[in-house]
Amino acid sequence: MIGAYEISLLTTIGIAVTFALSLNLVTGFCGQISLGHAAFLGTGAYVAAMSVVAGAPFAVGLIAGGLVAAAVGAVVGLASLRVRHDFLAITTMGVGFLFVGFTRQQDWLGGEMGIAGIPEAPFGKVGLMVVALGVAAATAAFSVYLKRTWMGFAFDAIAADEDTARTVAIDVSRYKLAAFALGTGIAGLAGGLYAFNIRFIAPDSFGFVESVTVLAMVVIGGIGSVLWVTVAAAALAVLPQWFQAVDDYKLLLYGVLLFTVMRLSPGGLAGLVARLVRGVRQ
Amino acid sequence: MTAVLEVTGVTVTFGGVTALDDVSFVVHPGELLGLIGPNGAGKTTMLKVVTGIVVPQAGTVRLANADLAGLPTHARMRRGLGLAQQLVRTFDNVSTIENVMLAAGRQRTASPWAALFQVNRSVERRIALELLERVGIADAAEQRPDHLPLGYRKRLQVARALALDPALLLLDEPLAGLNHVEAAALADVVRGIADDGRTVVLIEHNLGEVLRITDRLVVLDSGRKIGDGEPGAVIRDPVVHAAYIGEGEAA
Ligand SMILES: Nc1ncnc2c1ncn2[C@@H]1O[C@H](COP(=O)(O)OP(=O)(O)OP(=O)(O)O)[C@@H](O)[C@H]1O
Ligand SMILES: [Mg+2]
Repeated sequence: MIGAYEISLLTTIGIAVTFALSLNLVTGFCGQISLGHAAFLGTGAYVAAMSVVAGAPFAVGLIAGGLVAAAVGAVVGLASLRVRHDFLAITTMGVGFLFVGFTRQQDWLGGEMGIAGIPEAPFGKVGLMVVALGVAAATAAFSVYLKRTWMGFAFDAIAADEDTARTVAIDVSRYKLAAFALGTGIAGLAGGLYAFNIRFIAPDSFGFVESVTVLAMVVIGGIGSVLWVTVAAAALAVLPQWFQAVDDYKLLLYGVLLFTVMRLSPGGLAGLVARLVRGVRQ
Repeated sequence: MTAVLEVTGVTVTFGGVTALDDVSFVVHPGELLGLIGPNGAGKTTMLKVVTGIVVPQAGTVRLANADLAGLPTHARMRRGLGLAQQLVRTFDNVSTIENVMLAAGRQRTASPWAALFQVNRSVERRIALELLERVGIADAAEQRPDHLPLGYRKRLQVARALALDPALLLLDEPLAGLNHVEAAALADVVRGIADDGRTVVLIEHNLGEVLRITDRLVVLDSGRKIGDGEPGAVIRDPVVHAAYIGEGEAA
């Protein structure tokens, strides 16, 4: 049998992988950068926590978290349609700050103190770990499937050149909205799992650092690569748990990592491995 | 016989520059129309007005008798336009054949949520390969477009525009960047597309090929229409002649 520590670690990894893959749908597949993705993790977490505190079943809380996050994501997506590239980064960053600022002010959401005493899941810690890993696996499978569909194909066109995508009759705005809704909805699911796992949430659990962390997972893994984003997410999820120094200097470390990868291997780990494989073959 | 395209009184200004000044013309079914004029005449701007990329200050554009005002570019393409732009714009994260497949799959991409349940690409792959063969670049089907020479990328754009199966194909300088032999071959392909019954508007500086393949010419100069009619007659017109001479030598 595995111990309580391993169970907690695996649950954390499952949540991180789901969260990173959700951003990978938006940023990796559809080419839309987000510097505020933690807001949707937070939305899902608050909705799920409030639901179960109010007595709703856990499954209902989880799904409600995903749906509300998707709805908020679609609204943010709608607002972001007119901005592009660097402005999108600033807009989404603003959404991230807005989320923290809003939740801090709301007494009914616990204000700065957040929500404590979230009840333990009836299926126990092992059950939660199984659910978290299952959701992560399902998200990975969905990502691989999506990439093969015509939706994923249209995302390729939009990520490459959205003006030209319009000239091949693709309704870029609707596809972007779909990407936002899917990505933020799945982030909301991860948020619900986060709330059930930690059983305490506060505005600062979903701040800028978390948004940068998840972006680092996607970029370091290799924008768009399901396998390597999964690997990077798992690695970056456990590092702060193993090394206190990493936890203390998260923003600095991930910032440096982001910059280094962009500079040296824009394809991330996925690009690096592909190049190594090509090199070995030759 | 109703016109495929009817442009009426189109005016476009960019800041102080008048790119198009009250321009009107029609394109008849099955016709290969040459749209010519010196550099900066407003030819590309006209295609951008037709496709909704540029919104004119005045004027209307009707496609098969329907006013296109207010329709975004993607919707106009679905109504039967195909566009190969002057500046090469390819999707460089997918292969050459996939660039064409994306256009060939316009029915599959009509709605994002329906597209989520569509996986099969084999029909589109077959159509795309035929089109790449038609424009003579099937050998590059599996390569990334950004690695290809300009002549290949230009032809890729023609194949991609054709893949939309448009009622009206708009080609902006497709022969630029092609050598003599390639240009003649692609001009023949464009003539063949018109012979198949498709309506084509061709912008081109290569006047030799233009005179060889077009049915009619519309000439723009400094945003104004200065000629419209049978190619041989239009090109001998002193006004048209002067516009080209004034520019130096355009052919
Ligand atoms: N986006 C823009 N902003 C400002 N001016 C523009 C813009 N697009 C075109 N123009 C100007 O409008 C005029 C017409 O340009 P256009 O590109 O339509 O000419 P063209 O006939 O296609 O020329 P060419 O043969 O060189 O391609 C030119 O003076 C050009 O500088
Ligand atoms: Mg032009």
